[in-house]
Amino acid sequence: MNSNQLKDLKLKANEIRRLIIEALDGANHNTGSGHTGGPLGMADVFAALYFNFMKHDPQNPDDPDRDRLLLSNGHICAVLYSSLALSGYFPTSELKTFRGFETRLQGHPHRGVLPGLENTSGPLGEGLSQAIGIALARDIDKKTYTVYCATSDGEHQEGNIWEAVMLAGKLKINNLIQIIDFNNIQIDGPVDKTMPLEPFRAKYESFNWHVIDIDGNDMKEIVDAISQAKEIKDKPVIIIARTIPGKGVSFMEGDYRWHGMPPGLKDVSGAPPKDEQVAVAFKEIEEERKKIIMGKA
Amino acid sequence: MLNPNLKLNTKLFDVDVEKKPTRAGFGTGLLALGKKDKNVVGLCADLTESTQMNLFADAFPERFFQVGVAEQNMAAVAAGLGVTGKTAFISSYATFSPGKNWETIRTTIVYNKANVKIAGHHSGIMTGPDGATHQATEDIAITRCWPGIEVYVPCDAIEAEKATIASAKTQKPVYLRYSRDKTPLITTADTPFEVGKLQDFWVSENPQVTIFATGYMLYYALVAAKELEDEGINTIAVNVATIKPLDSNEVLKFTNQTSAVVTVEDHQITGGMGSAIAESLAKTNPLPIEFVGMQDVFGETGTPAQLLKKYKMNPEAIKEAVKRVIRRKR
Ligand SMILES: Cc1ncc(C[n+]2csc(CCOP(=O)(O)OP(=O)(O)O)c2C)c(N)n1
Ligand SMILES: [Mg+2]
Repeated sequence: MNSNQLKDLKLKANEIRRLIIEALDGANHNTGSGHTGGPLGMADVFAALYFNFMKHDPQNPDDPDRDRLLLSNGHICAVLYSSLALSGYFPTSELKTFRGFETRLQGHPHRGVLPGLENTSGPLGEGLSQAIGIALARDIDKKTYTVYCATSDGEHQEGNIWEAVMLAGKLKINNLIQIIDFNNIQIDGPVDKTMPLEPFRAKYESFNWHVIDIDGNDMKEIVDAISQAKEIKDKPVIIIARTIPGKGVSFMEGDYRWHGMPPGLKDVSGAPPKDEQVAVAFKEIEEERKKIIMGKA
Repeated sequence: MLNPNLKLNTKLFDVDVEKKPTRAGFGTGLLALGKKDKNVVGLCADLTESTQMNLFADAFPERFFQVGVAEQNMAAVAAGLGVTGKTAFISSYATFSPGKNWETIRTTIVYNKANVKIAGHHSGIMTGPDGATHQATEDIAITRCWPGIEVYVPCDAIEAEKATIASAKTQKPVYLRYSRDKTPLITTADTPFEVGKLQDFWVSENPQVTIFATGYMLYYALVAAKELEDEGINTIAVNVATIKPLDSNEVLKFTNQTSAVVTVEDHQITGGMGSAIAESLAKTNPLPIEFVGMQDVFGETGTPAQLLKKYKMNPEAIKEAVKRVIRRKR
């Protein structure tokens, strides 16, 4: 990938971040709710998937040969909805209905009500198993599409995840790429205090997965990792995307309190007053956009 | 009128009635239990503050166990504690516990006779913005079918504290149902609470219909009863704070005078409190019944008020159900 293509992807990630804030601003107005930390942290990964790697057609969302992305940690759906809208599955103007009454953008994704959704999620730990099921059906049908599954560190505390990990390793499922949002936050605090997962790589390797460990906010590392993952032919692959929750909005970065809160809802220590949070977020994202254009980010 | 013998909140129908979520009563109730009895322990699956177990966790860190996002493990670990002299409370959203870990609870807690109290939060469509995945609308059905469990559904934060404390008086497993949103305080500290007892919160002369309501939906039932009275329709509204045990004589007592029933719950009408009342009356006093609740559909994202209206569970809908059942009276 040349530097111009990389720059384009960074701009897409930046645009996704802007749309995430738009969606959450809508959610705050609609029902005073929403998750911000996870979605902002995963914007770079989703930009790479939807705007470089995935074979998909927003005009034909049911194409049987499309690549699939399953979102297991459904609460970060703002990043998925924003990526789908930016891809053209539905108008970006619909993002502001997020978490409102009678919206297609439910608080947690509901397959079938919005084009582009491959699974229903929210309850944690259930996505990877569904991804395996889809990959098994694909192999029976002798198709070749890739199944991606986005998961999170917190949800790796669910036994269901490890049951899926064991099965995928046993069956040596190929062309199944899990990308975990390893951001070290969950609701009650840092993951490494709440329920530590490390050593994480060794766990996956012992279950016969191929492991790639990257900075999940570095576009080049993301692109290289997914390219490499697609070359692995005899095993499932996990990309450990070590991300910064709230990435791109300085007052949210690394702070677990933004797990389940939209900007503008509350005054929080260390953040601008609530009425200014959205504007500050947009401003920082815009500054980042200029930096990317000038080749400085 | 509100039953004068029950010391209910006299400001209940004021526009500025005090509101609190029932989960707050879980928090203070568990804290009180923890102070009284060092055998009370708490386990939570990454929802400590949201379920208000943080009050207990902060006061008794040595008796609090953060298990991570792992509801099945939480249930079975609690079972171990519960058969070893502890009174174990497990706390999560009801869709996950007793939802996700249903069979684990069935075997290791209920069948195994472990002294564990299951606190299920975010019940019903009142959970609102998170959408159907987080709105427990089946939890009463899937718990009250277990032999040997008790099921309590408090109507406000004050009763929730009493119910939480009462749950520790029995060695049996108990399912406790709480909710997220702030709802009006219906009772006071002086209102009696007794497991297995029904109470008529709304009384009137020559009532035509008995309204059985459970949880915070009781408030809407009381509003409906009051408005119906203004229209000349007299009712009794009964608080079903404990769905199991349900004493059929108690159910009979409040239906003797009326001969028609409306049940009101934020739950699927299949298998919930209304079904429990229907099962009881079918054996003792078969009557026409209208069921207010989720009519075999999942909820969705929205504010509690938007959802209650859409799914026909607000006072208007309760009034209509009362009028419908009157038309069906023989
Ligand atoms: C089965 C289940 N249990 C509990 C929850 C409540 N919950 C929602 S998000 C979350 C924390 C998960 O951690 P993570 O995905 O790492 O959060 P993030 O990094 O996005 O803040 C929990 C416990 C849930 N959604 N599903
Ligand atoms: Mg996390």
